Amino acid sequence: MFRLDRVSVAHDGVLAVEDVSLDLPAGQVLAVLGPSGCGKSTLLRAAAGLEPLVAGRVLVDGVDQAKVPTHKRGFALMFQEGQLFNQQSVGDNIGYPLRIRRRPRAAVAARVEELLAAVGLEGYADRRPETLSGGERQRVALARAIAVSPRLLLLDEPLSALDASLRERLAADLRRVITQTGTTALLVTHDHEEAFALADAMALMRGGRVVQSGRPSEVWAAPVDEEAALFLGYDRVLSGSAAEQVLAVVGAGGVGTAVALRRSALEVVPPGADDAALRGVVRDARAAPEVVRLTVEIAGIGQLAAVAPPRETLPGPGQEVGLRVVRDRLAVVGDGSLRARNP
Amino acid sequence: MGLVALAAGPVAVLGVFFVLPVSAMLGLGLWPDGELTLAPALEVLGRERTLRVLGFTVWVSAAATLGTVLLGVPTAFALHRLRIPGARAIRTLLVVPFVLPTVVVGVAFDQLLGEAGPLRFLGLGESPFAIVLAMIFFNLAVVVRTVGGAWESLDPRASEAAAALGATPWQAFRVATFPALRGAIVSAASVVFLFCATAFGLVLVLGGLKHATIETEIYLLTTVLFDLPAAAALCLLQFVVVIGLLAVAQRARRGQVAAQRVAAVRRAVRWPDLPAVVAAAVGAALVVLPIGSLLVRSVRVDGGWSFDNFRRLGVEDPTLPATVVEALGNSLRTAVDATWMAVLLGVTVAVVVTRRSHSRTERRLRGLLDGFFMLPLGVSAVTLGFGFMVALDEPPVNLRDSPLLVPIAQALVALPLVVRTLVPVLAGIDDRQRQAAASLGAGPLRTLATIDLAVVWQPLVAAAGFAFAVSLGEFGATAFLARDDAPTLPVLIFDLLGSPGAHHYGTAVAGAVLLAGVTASVMFLVERLRVPGVGGF
Repeated sequence: MFRLDRVSVAHDGVLAVEDVSLDLPAGQVLAVLGPSGCGKSTLLRAAAGLEPLVAGRVLVDGVDQAKVPTHKRGFALMFQEGQLFNQQSVGDNIGYPLRIRRRPRAAVAARVEELLAAVGLEGYADRRPETLSGGERQRVALARAIAVSPRLLLLDEPLSALDASLRERLAADLRRVITQTGTTALLVTHDHEEAFALADAMALMRGGRVVQSGRPSEVWAAPVDEEAALFLGYDRVLSGSAAEQVLAVVGAGGVGTAVALRRSALEVVPPGADDAALRGVVRDARAAPEVVRLTVEIAGIGQLAAVAPPRETLPGPGQEVGLRVVRDRLAVVGDGSLRARNP
Repeated sequence: MGLVALAAGPVAVLGVFFVLPVSAMLGLGLWPDGELTLAPALEVLGRERTLRVLGFTVWVSAAATLGTVLLGVPTAFALHRLRIPGARAIRTLLVVPFVLPTVVVGVAFDQLLGEAGPLRFLGLGESPFAIVLAMIFFNLAVVVRTVGGAWESLDPRASEAAAALGATPWQAFRVATFPALRGAIVSAASVVFLFCATAFGLVLVLGGLKHATIETEIYLLTTVLFDLPAAAALCLLQFVVVIGLLAVAQRARRGQVAAQRVAAVRRAVRWPDLPAVVAAAVGAALVVLPIGSLLVRSVRVDGGWSFDNFRRLGVEDPTLPATVVEALGNSLRTAVDATWMAVLLGVTVAVVVTRRSHSRTERRLRGLLDGFFMLPLGVSAVTLGFGFMVALDEPPVNLRDSPLLVPIAQALVALPLVVRTLVPVLAGIDDRQRQAAASLGAGPLRTLATIDLAVVWQPLVAAAGFAFAVSLGEFGATAFLARDDAPTLPVLIFDLLGSPGAHHYGTAVAGAVLLAGVTASVMFLVERLRVPGVGGF
């Protein structure tokens, strides 16, 4: 059980992390999600013992780590670009924490083989780190980080330097290895998809503070405010009468609530279908591989994104379409009531 | 607090061996009779001879700097951007003069242009042009290495884009290439000017009493005229000038954009490259000619071929304090001591100034230390030697007869080279590497070994080799400090030059060849390590 208890960290007298408390049960993955400069990396470094705390405690199984230097905490850090030691081979990199702990040479070699297999890099032991691709480097960094089964794995944007398709595949592998080994992990990232792909719980951080935390689905379903909603990947946040108009369709909301919409929250219904709740005029249409993305103008709301199933002919600008609102692609902002009524 | 402990050593060393000598000089120059007065110093600076010396220093240095840049920039282009067979060998060759002891350079040009030299018909033997040529010879590598390094890592796409827009090669150079290189050129030129203005050995050998620069004047005032207050005043002047030049070089360097390292692509030679190729050839000739003629001269005795000059190297001569071989032994021992001192000090300083600061106070302290450690750069070797002489031979620090005095002075001369080689390497290490190692269980020492040492050992060995070569040839400070009964080889060569008799001159030439051979071998090994940036400024 890892715990941050009211932790504050200052840089030159300015608080970079302010009064942050987080609980991380053993075997779980917690993602701290926030824009760059929000203090999340500082928080991670503080957990590792690389930044002095001005207040609060870092606890492992109830034991305060204040007097324990970084190299004795039994944690492991994994960074964005892997930070492999270029002077050592891949195998030596992975075996590094084992050699530090003076494991017998044969045991180290066997464990390195096992770890290489776990991250899907059999036979890479003698390669030089600079000959690897970005994804391979991250796999090696992961193997090195879990080599001695750390009490806590600290991940600093582990996938952010990779391109999209690679990121998805590596995220799945990362998740698999972490759960299979029962590793407790704290992840910081600015990428909500990375957080959703890996985490059991998440905390939104802004300006040095945690503004919201919970299970990813909970946070997703009820962002605490507009900024949080946009950061979580919602496309637009509507308020006032526009919000009421949309919420009325799904039978929710009240005065003064705001609603966050994903780009796919509005769907074009086939002509003649009777579930069209809103009508809009197409302003722009583009075909994406699996869906047609539209911009529609709705009276009283303005321009919004919408999707349509792929068809032979795109709806042209100026064409009027019927739209329905997809319930699980919107969220009421700053109010848990919608989720409460629709479990 | 680790910072304070680590910084304490270098601070103490520099306190004793830099601050003390400088204060002693200040005392001598500005407090001659126990009270502060500028009058004697101003009197010295107002003397007609002083003004002539100052003027001579400036114009010789300016002419040599201009010549070095005009020859060096095209040479840098030819050797770093063109595919020329043997370019690497020529690049290595060009560095040789830079590590040649100044005395050797003096001897080489003296016998090349002098009364009996193969180029005596030029009539340059006694003229200042001999000094200018020798300075260009000496500093060409600085420009070629600095500018060539920048040129090599220059992204060629900027000038390709200019060419695609219709620019002629010359226009493309002016628009795209030159602005990117200006920082490197200005920086190299200011360093060359600095080296020229503080050149000592070669001016002393080539100029004699006739042509004096500030440096040789300090030496004459001290050792011949015993006018210490006047020498101190000139030292202070030199100190101020050098600091000013360093500031200029620093500014120029800051203007340099950190060019993205791109793999050097060398292209085939085309006709418009002819001037650059010719410049490279002239540069190579300028280097080969004096060295070659020095070699030839060393095996000529009385108009015939003979190894007598070399045979005499080990033979005792009652008019000299030591044989050349003994002096070489002194030089090697001194250089070993100077090298470990410079390396120990340089590593500590480099670590102190490159470690990540955690707070503003720490950052400020580190900035102060950084500035303090760079101060020795501001003294010429002669000033340092003079300062040691007047400050360290009486309490509180009396090292007059200590065998460590010369090595310490040489270590301070070599220190900036070591620091400048190591700092970029250490600063280039991503601190997260250290954090990753620490989080994986590595203690501070283990982290140092895994991360820093693994990256730095090669540059460290190179810097040590460089420091060793510099110490071997060091003459400016050593000339003031070497004990009469234990001269280093450069000091003995200078003595030989001043001794009457053709056989003494022959021995000096042979000794110069020996010294050049040893330092060049050391530098050859350093070059084999292929550390970028060593010897570049």
